[in-house]
Amino acid sequence: MNEMTQAYLLDPTSSFSEFVARTSPNFLPGAATGSAPHDLTPTATTIVAVATSEGVVLAGDRRATMGSMIAQRDIQKVFVSDDHSAIGIAGSAGIAIDLAKLFRVELEHYEKIEGAPLTLDGKANRLASMIRSNLGMALQGFVVVPLFVGWDAPCGKPRIFTYDATGGCYEELGGYQAIGSGSLFAKGSLKKLYNPAAGLDEAMTVAIHALFDAADDDSATGGPDVYRRIYPVLITVDASGASQVSEDRVADLTQDVLKSRATSPDGPKAGVR
Amino acid sequence: MSQPTFYVSPEQQVKDRADFARAGIAKGRSVIVARYADGIVFVSENRSKSLHKVSEIYDRIGFAAVGRYNEFENLRVAGIRHADVRGYAYDRRDVTGRMLAGAYAQLLGTIFSAVMEKPWEVEIAVAEVGETSEGDEIYRLAFDGSITDEPQFAVMGGATDKISAAFSSQYVPGASLADVLRAAIAALIADPRGGASLTPDALEVGVLDRTRPSLRKFRRLSVDEITALTQAKPKQGRARKTATPEAPKTSAISEVDTEPAKPIVDSEVKAPAPRRRRTSKAAATSEDAAPDNGDTKVTETGETGE
Repeated sequence: MNEMTQAYLLDPTSSFSEFVARTSPNFLPGAATGSAPHDLTPTATTIVAVATSEGVVLAGDRRATMGSMIAQRDIQKVFVSDDHSAIGIAGSAGIAIDLAKLFRVELEHYEKIEGAPLTLDGKANRLASMIRSNLGMALQGFVVVPLFVGWDAPCGKPRIFTYDATGGCYEELGGYQAIGSGSLFAKGSLKKLYNPAAGLDEAMTVAIHALFDAADDDSATGGPDVYRRIYPVLITVDASGASQVSEDRVADLTQDVLKSRATSPDGPKAGVR
Repeated sequence: MSQPTFYVSPEQQVKDRADFARAGIAKGRSVIVARYADGIVFVSENRSKSLHKVSEIYDRIGFAAVGRYNEFENLRVAGIRHADVRGYAYDRRDVTGRMLAGAYAQLLGTIFSAVMEKPWEVEIAVAEVGETSEGDEIYRLAFDGSITDEPQFAVMGGATDKISAAFSSQYVPGASLADVLRAAIAALIADPRGGASLTPDALEVGVLDRTRPSLRKFRRLSVDEITALTQAKPKQGRARKTATPEAPKTSAISEVDTEPAKPIVDSEVKAPAPRRRRTSKAAATSEDAAPDNGDTKVTETGETGE
C-alpha cells in the first residue's frame, strides 16, 4: 500500500471516488456487502435543514435503529463536508457514514488537484453521481439519502439540495427540508415554525423543535437525552464558513426548547388567521 | 542495417542520465523550503499565478518542486492521491511526510533506473509541519530517488550553491515568518541569471502554519500578505547566525562543486529510501551531485576537473 504505481501518475481524473474505484474498489462504501440481508447495518433517521438569509442550519438527531431496537443513541449523521458546505445522511448507517466521509475527501481532493474548489452546484451534482453509484445497493434495501446544504458565495445565499435513491438531485427553494423516518413530522413542524426572515439563532431553535416533534411521533428518531447529555448535532453554514455548533451551545438551546415544551408539550402554537 | 551497439558501462550510463537530469533542473528558478517559528515556508520565484510550484498535499504536508512542470505536476497529483487514499483507508493521522517521501523515493528511483525512459528532470521537497517545531520535517528528493532529510531548510533548482550560501548566511533557525521570508527572497536574488530584485507578484509563497485552527495547515500567501511581511521592520538586535564556519558570501564559493559546508545541513541523513539498489559508485555520484546540482559537475572520471 506504500506504493505509488503508474496509475497514480497517469490517471486523468480529478475525482477521488473515480480514482479509488479504478485502483482500490474495495475501499468504496458498500463494496463488499454483496447480496446481504439489509438488517446488517442500523438505520440513521431524521435530518432537518433550515435556511435563512444569514445562512443555513443542518441538524440531525442521534438515534440509529435496527428494527425496533435502538442500535446507537449517540450516532452522528450530519457532517461538515468542506469550508462552505455540510451533508446529513439518512438510511443504512454503515454505508451512509462511509459515503459522507468519501464525499468530504472527494471535495478536498478536487480542490487540491485543481487548485480551486468546486462550485456549490458542482458539489451537489458530484454527490448525486455518488448516490447513483449506490443504486445497486439501494435496490437491495441499503437505501442512502443525503441532505446537502451550502453557502453559495457568488449568489450570496444558502441553498438546500435533496436527493432520491437513484441520484436525483432537487434544490429545495422553500427554505426548509427534512429527510429520514421522522421527516414527515419534522416537516409539519417546520412548516408552522419556519420564518425566512429569522436569524441563525432562531433557525437553530426551529431545527431543534422540528427534531423534537419528529422524535415525539416517530419511534426511530431520538429526542434530547438530558441525563446523558446527548443532544442533536447542529451545523451552521454561512458566508464565514461551515462549522459544528458547540455542544454547550446546543445544550443551552435544547434546554430552552424543553422549558417551553414543559408548559406547551406540542410546541409553539401558530395563530389561526 | 541495424545500428552497431557499443558497450556502455553502468557507471557511464548512470552518469549520463544524472547529467541530463541535472542540466534540466538547473535551467529553472529555485525554490527554498525553510522552517520558521510557527511552521514551514515555501518560497519560489514564479510569475505564473496558476502553474504552481508549491502545493498542499495533505493536512500537514506540503510539496514544492523545480524542473519540468509536467513531470512534477504528475508527481504532485500522485502524492495527493497517495495521501488521500491512505487517509481514507486508514486515518487522517496515518498520513505522514516520511511515508510520502518514501513513496516518492521509490517512484523516482524506478523512473531513473528505467533505461527505456528518459530520467525525469525534477527535484522535489516534501515537508510536514509538526504539533511543535521539533516535529517539523523537510525531505528533499532528487531525480534519482535519493532522499535527504534536511534539518532546517532545503534549496532546490538552478544555482543552488550560490543561493544556499546566501540563504544560510541570513537564516536564523526559529526566526519569524517575516524574517525567514526576507532572507529567502534575498537569497533567491543571488541567482546570477535573475534580476536585482524580486517583487511580491513574482513570488509564490506557501506556508504550513501550525497555528492555523483548521485541520488543513497549508495556506498560500497573497501578494498583499507577502508585501506586508517583507516590508515589516526586521527585529532589532537579532543575533545573526551563531556558527558560520563557512564561506560567507557567494563570491567565495568555488566553481567546483565542493558541497558548501553548511553546518546545519551536513548531518544529512540518508533516510528511508527503501529499494535503493545502485552500485556504490553510482550512488556516490548522485549523492555528491543531488544536494547541490549546480551547473558544475565533478565526476568520478574527472572529466571536468583537472
